[in-house]
Amino acid sequence: MIETPDLSWAALAPMLFVFVAASVGVLVEAFAPRDARHPAQVGLALAGTVGAFVATLFLAGTPDEVTAVGALAVDGPALFLQAMIAGFGALSVLLFAERSLDPARSAFVVSAAVPAGSPRDRELTTVPRVQTEVYPLALFAIGGMMLFVAANDLLVMFVALEVLSLPLYLLSGMARRRRLLSQEAAVKYFLLGAFASAFFLYGLALVYGATGSVRLSVVREAVTADGGGVLLVLGLGLLIVGLLFKASVAPFHSWTPDVYQGAPTPVTAFMAACTKVAAFGAILRLLYVAFGAAEWTWRPLIYAAAIASMVVGAVLGLTQTDLKRMLAYSSVAHAGFLLTGVIGLGAGGEGSGLSATMFYLLTYGLTTLGAFAVLTLVRDGDGEASHLSQWAGLAARSPLTAAVMTLFMLALAGIPLTAGFTGKFAVFRAAIEEGAWPLVLVALLASAVAAFFYLRVIVLMYFSEPVAGGPTVGVPGLPTTLVLAVTATATLALGILPGAVLDLAEQAAIFVG
Amino acid sequence: MPAEGLLAASWLLIALPLAGAAVLLLGGRRTDRWGHLLGTATVVAAFVLAVACTVQLAGLAERSADVELFTFIATGDLDVTAGLLFDPLSALFALLITGVGSLIHVYSIGYMAHDPARRRFFAYLNLFVAAMLLLVLGNSFVALYVGWEGVGLASYLLIAFWYTRPAAATAAKKAFIMNRVGDVGLALAIFIMFAQLGTTSYAGVFGSIGTLAGGTITAIGLLLLLGACGKSGQFPLQAWLPDAMEGPTPVSALIHAATMVTAGVYLIARSAPIYDLTETARTVVLAIGALTLLIGAIAGCAYDDIKKVLAYSTVSQIGYMFLAVGLGPAGYVAGLAHLLAHGFFKAGLFLGAGSVMHAMNDSVDMRRFGALWKKLPVTFGTFGLGYLALIGFPFLSGYFTKDAIIEVALDRDDVWGWVLGGIAVIGAGLTAFYMTRLMLMTFFGRARWEDGVHPHEAPSVMTAPMIVLALGSVFAGALLVAVFPLSGWLEPVFGEPEEAAHVVAPAVIGLVVTVVMAFGVLAAWLFVGRREVPVTAPVRVSPVTRAARHALYADAVNESLFMRPGQWLTRALVWVDNRGVDGAVNGLAAGLGGSSARLGRAQNGFVRTYALGMLGGAVVVAGALLAVTGG
Repeated sequence: MIETPDLSWAALAPMLFVFVAASVGVLVEAFAPRDARHPAQVGLALAGTVGAFVATLFLAGTPDEVTAVGALAVDGPALFLQAMIAGFGALSVLLFAERSLDPARSAFVVSAAVPAGSPRDRELTTVPRVQTEVYPLALFAIGGMMLFVAANDLLVMFVALEVLSLPLYLLSGMARRRRLLSQEAAVKYFLLGAFASAFFLYGLALVYGATGSVRLSVVREAVTADGGGVLLVLGLGLLIVGLLFKASVAPFHSWTPDVYQGAPTPVTAFMAACTKVAAFGAILRLLYVAFGAAEWTWRPLIYAAAIASMVVGAVLGLTQTDLKRMLAYSSVAHAGFLLTGVIGLGAGGEGSGLSATMFYLLTYGLTTLGAFAVLTLVRDGDGEASHLSQWAGLAARSPLTAAVMTLFMLALAGIPLTAGFTGKFAVFRAAIEEGAWPLVLVALLASAVAAFFYLRVIVLMYFSEPVAGGPTVGVPGLPTTLVLAVTATATLALGILPGAVLDLAEQAAIFVG
Repeated sequence: MPAEGLLAASWLLIALPLAGAAVLLLGGRRTDRWGHLLGTATVVAAFVLAVACTVQLAGLAERSADVELFTFIATGDLDVTAGLLFDPLSALFALLITGVGSLIHVYSIGYMAHDPARRRFFAYLNLFVAAMLLLVLGNSFVALYVGWEGVGLASYLLIAFWYTRPAAATAAKKAFIMNRVGDVGLALAIFIMFAQLGTTSYAGVFGSIGTLAGGTITAIGLLLLLGACGKSGQFPLQAWLPDAMEGPTPVSALIHAATMVTAGVYLIARSAPIYDLTETARTVVLAIGALTLLIGAIAGCAYDDIKKVLAYSTVSQIGYMFLAVGLGPAGYVAGLAHLLAHGFFKAGLFLGAGSVMHAMNDSVDMRRFGALWKKLPVTFGTFGLGYLALIGFPFLSGYFTKDAIIEVALDRDDVWGWVLGGIAVIGAGLTAFYMTRLMLMTFFGRARWEDGVHPHEAPSVMTAPMIVLALGSVFAGALLVAVFPLSGWLEPVFGEPEEAAHVVAPAVIGLVVTVVMAFGVLAAWLFVGRREVPVTAPVRVSPVTRAARHALYADAVNESLFMRPGQWLTRALVWVDNRGVDGAVNGLAAGLGGSSARLGRAQNGFVRTYALGMLGGAVVVAGALLAVTGG
């Protein structure tokens, strides 16, 4: 007779929404007639993500809870991050559902199993059907991410990591156009992701060997007791490698440009916004809940990784000619800025680093989602026109698109009165309070270098002559319009009146466990 | 105290015209048909609101209301909040700006009726009103600065409204650059306040200004004065204002006569607690006011361009206001009373000039006017009342407010009091001369019209605001000085009014000023009215006239003292920039680009390379951790 574990269903509600929607989605795929699938799947995915988002709002303010036999911690940070993941997930689903931009009515392939370039594939390019499995896949990834940030147990964390990663590998390979590039990206992502997972798993095994448990609270006790033996420290290092990979921190970032470029743009947007949130949620929890006592062991490492990431992202971004690759390096640089916030969470988890990092994740996620959404609008005969030269003189052709893109570029560069500035201000301040001013100095220099490639896009759009036979700017349907409206408004609002959200992040910033 | 009721909604004063400007600018051609009506409606609504707020303010026990707008960032020590302050001083300006602003918006409906870009004009006017209201309603020097730059921008856009005319474009540039010089002063003053006191809010600065060293206070006072001189066209930054007349006439009336150019007076009056502590800075204010009032009046005597004469008159009258506010507590009230009265009659005069231009095919040359009183009876009547108010004809606006300034100057009861009072009296005589000359050349004498000009009275949408302003020019002075003394209303700002010393009895001053004024009128009649006015300006004239025609060589002085050395400095800096700075910057950029390309080579697309990189990273991580723990 096995006793059922004690579960707090209310605390799990956000995740349940997503996982149930995902499971129903699989059934829809199996039983619903083909024509009804797309609307049904979009509806389900939105219901799941929005439901999860609302559920987190209801849970906010309820006492923190460790449930499922201690495997899950539903506390302030977990709920804040889950709300973000669910919200960004809903916006990404909207981008997935856009049907009016591509002449073939979707960014996703009709049938991923047909070999690229085969006669059958050419037949299918103009068929307006979609591989609707992308929606349940995305939901599973979102569910995995939500589980990831609430995991209070290294094993659960690993399972969540795999649940979120596997669908992403698949999604990356589902582009409708340039399928080979997309499939190559998927394979690369899968191979390197598996490699990183192996590191994580090995680290987990070492920690278990050292402490006899995978529970974060037990690990913390062990760390406090003996300050960490070789096994424990080595385990920590390998765990960090696995997580830094997901967060695309240099030197574990090399997959990012290739995958961001190859994956269908809505998927790239989804990865950039949501994966970042999930990875940093896990990094923060691992470092502060389990290894908080060994702070001075990992601090120099994170310090160095932050610098490496900022420098690599900013410097390599300079010479990119493809917007998606440029945004990929921007993501690497932003991962560095985020680590600055992680450093800002001082000894024993005090300081404003946690709330600052969470706020930064919010601003970065919104802005990058918006930027990728704009990217889906500008197209030529071969799909999205992501080469920089094609954006020359765009403002003359489509002033509104150019203006919105300008807003997002300014926000990514961290110009005041945009969300990007407030986010950077928050993490830098947190780091300085912890005495890490040299790191902030590097961060400021890196921001200045990175500003060059963001501003170059603006200069190109406004001050260059349009190229002959340049791309056209598509008229977005309701979903993309909605995403652009939400992200642009939020980017401005968080830049001008960030007070309320900053307060919210501050209130949420206490780990339980 | 925190604002309640309507006062809490005083942010709408700014928001209404701002929304109007936004709709007109973003709405594009769709709003062409009704844009001017919307623009006018927002300002009229703001005026009604300003009146209601002022009434409520008058009923409060403590006549001052704080309106907190929002907190930008409030973390730790840094607290950036934005708010408004509605007190008697800002209420006065809000009424002036929205009141005169409403009238001029109405007038512009007629004046700009045939301009294809009328919508743009109203958008800029609305933008100006919003920025000017922010300037006077903000509760900190930073809010003031934002409004200050906002009106500068609106002024630039409106002077260059007909930007295809090179003269207008040049004038706008000149105004912008000369204002920049002043703005640097204002910005530096604010920086010093923030560095020394840690705050820029009026309450914070005035509360702790006494803790600073005397030299610092004087520096702040002088830098604020530099800003005020730039905006208000005072010596040595006065040359832009006459050129700004290239803008449409309603702009000259609203921005370059009634409101924006008086911002400098507002700044000094608002900063009274600072100037109260620095005798030196106050003396400089006095000197600049006295000097400018003479320069403006002398230059006004020689020009033939009707708007330029009025512009120099503005320069000169603002000189009076500076003189007054430089005199200290009693002077603040006198200066502000003159400011308000001037806002009425000068706006009325400009609108009248606009009406004359409207009748004369947009000509501004007074030598081609003459005998217009019969053709333009309403314009003549309203302009005449404005004229009488300006020269200080007994019992009209200017008589009360100008005499009050002279009175305060003489009340100093020292040599300087007599000198300043004397200058003010001489200025009154000169004012009478140049304004009478203007009247004679425009409305009387023989018609010297160009061929094809058929003067006609303006439509009623233009004459109605002129009539209202004329009524204001007649009664404003008496109302502000005698009936509802401004000193009582402004008591919460400047404190209890001192009992006037009356070194010289006010009646005597009134008599002397009236006599001097009569001399000025007489002289004008002797030199201009009695004789035939030549259609082209005579070339062989006395050196005095020649100097006056060149505005006492202000432009030449600016050019040789500032522009030429400035150009040399610029050239030298460009050389240094090209050789040194650019070299360093380009070298750095090339270095970064090169390292980017070299680093990028690692991104070769092969998974094996990437995996190797990750493995290397993992080894470094593990090694570093082990090294740190000493294992």
